[in-house]
Amino acid sequence: MKGQRVAAIVIRDQDNVGTATRDIKAGEKIEVKAGGKVKAIVAKEDIRFLHKFALTDIARGERVFKYGATIGEATKPISEGEHVHVHNLRSLWGRGST
Amino acid sequence: MQLKGYRRADGRIGFRNHVLILPTVACSNGAVQRICHSVPEAIMLPVDSGCGLLREDREVFAATLVNLAGNPNVAATLVVGLGCEAVTPEQAAAEIERFGKPVKYLGMHSSGGYAKTVEKGIELARQLVQEAALVKPEPALVSDLVIGLNCGASDPASGITANTALGAAVDRIVDQGGSAIIGETTECVGAETEMAKNAANEEVGKKILDVVHRFEHHVKMYGADLSTGEPNQGNMEAGLTTLEEKSLGCIRKIGSRPITEVVEYGQIPTKKGPILMDSPSYDAPSVTGIVAGGCQIVAFTTGLGTPFGISVSPVIKVSSNTPAYERMKDSVDINAGTILDGEESIDEVGERIYQMILEVANGRRTKAEDLVENQCQIWRKTLVL
Repeated sequence: MKGQRVAAIVIRDQDNVGTATRDIKAGEKIEVKAGGKVKAIVAKEDIRFLHKFALTDIARGERVFKYGATIGEATKPISEGEHVHVHNLRSLWGRGST
Repeated sequence: MQLKGYRRADGRIGFRNHVLILPTVACSNGAVQRICHSVPEAIMLPVDSGCGLLREDREVFAATLVNLAGNPNVAATLVVGLGCEAVTPEQAAAEIERFGKPVKYLGMHSSGGYAKTVEKGIELARQLVQEAALVKPEPALVSDLVIGLNCGASDPASGITANTALGAAVDRIVDQGGSAIIGETTECVGAETEMAKNAANEEVGKKILDVVHRFEHHVKMYGADLSTGEPNQGNMEAGLTTLEEKSLGCIRKIGSRPITEVVEYGQIPTKKGPILMDSPSYDAPSVTGIVAGGCQIVAFTTGLGTPFGISVSPVIKVSSNTPAYERMKDSVDINAGTILDGEESIDEVGERIYQMILEVANGRRTKAEDLVENQCQIWRKTLVL
């Protein structure tokens, strides 16, 4: 992989979102390394540089993990390969439940 | 790599052997600069205060000033002041003496004025430089390292590249018994629960929450709110969704080991390991505080690039992306943008930062040292009277 721009990175094994390290096109197959394994994920939509996408299906109300920590909860069901942002993820900060 | 450092009377190890010329008030910055000009082996720290302070700020100013001179990179100190400021040169010198290092002082009012102070100061500084040269380096350990952590001019890549890689380097140091001090309480807002969860014990966890909430409350007194509008529009467009995500990205610098202690601004930790210091996110006061806390080296991540430096402790700059590195190559030491470029893993960059920390401890000069950048500002929380 050296010298070849990777599409995405996952910071911690327990994360359920990855971060795009370049613009990703809808339908593109992304290989991500998580927990020592390589997983192939098909992007459901365009994912812009530094934006997040689901590594697995995430249920509504389920916690979203990045950096091995909760960054909020899913406000609707998110399927693998889908863009994760303000439209389907909300902060739990200040709600006394983080 | 075998480390070598300078053992000080209080047991701490310095990785530089500086003679520091320290003003006690902005009124003596000029005289201090003139002394330094004639004694180029010495360093100085400019201050922007020292007078017109309310009690709370006066106490923080005094303690931070003294602890800056106490930093183990400092072999000896010449304190230069006016004579009527909040902390007089005599008072500061008496406190600095407790570290067991040589200290001299001069006040303009009692030394026959400005020119005489400069003249006497040059003589005293030269004496201290000669004395300091007699301190010989001896073998040191990674456990003697205290690394200061800061970020400035960040971007949304900082969290996933530079800060996470720096955290990996910090884990290596902490696992060998060393320490790291992270400041910037402002940037902990949103991540405080996670930080508290990862504290060494319940008491430290509670202190983390207290310090963060105290900061938020303080800001609210001025009608501002640290969480409203965060992440900001630019952050959101760049892919950051929640306040937690933004803040977690900032605090990745501290690594993954439990925080062992929370200290007030400018204070010296009593524990080893990852330490949180209550400080603002503005670079100059934040880094000044952690240098007073005793860090011998500062690791500084940046998304856009900054020339930031402080004379007492070498600053290692780590960029979060390659364009910033290319743009600010004269100020940035390490490029973590290689993680985005697919050239290195987070861990590989972490190892590179760790190795550079060891090299800098052994005398390698950083870009900030070459630029002779020197920003120092002691945090003021209240008013200037």
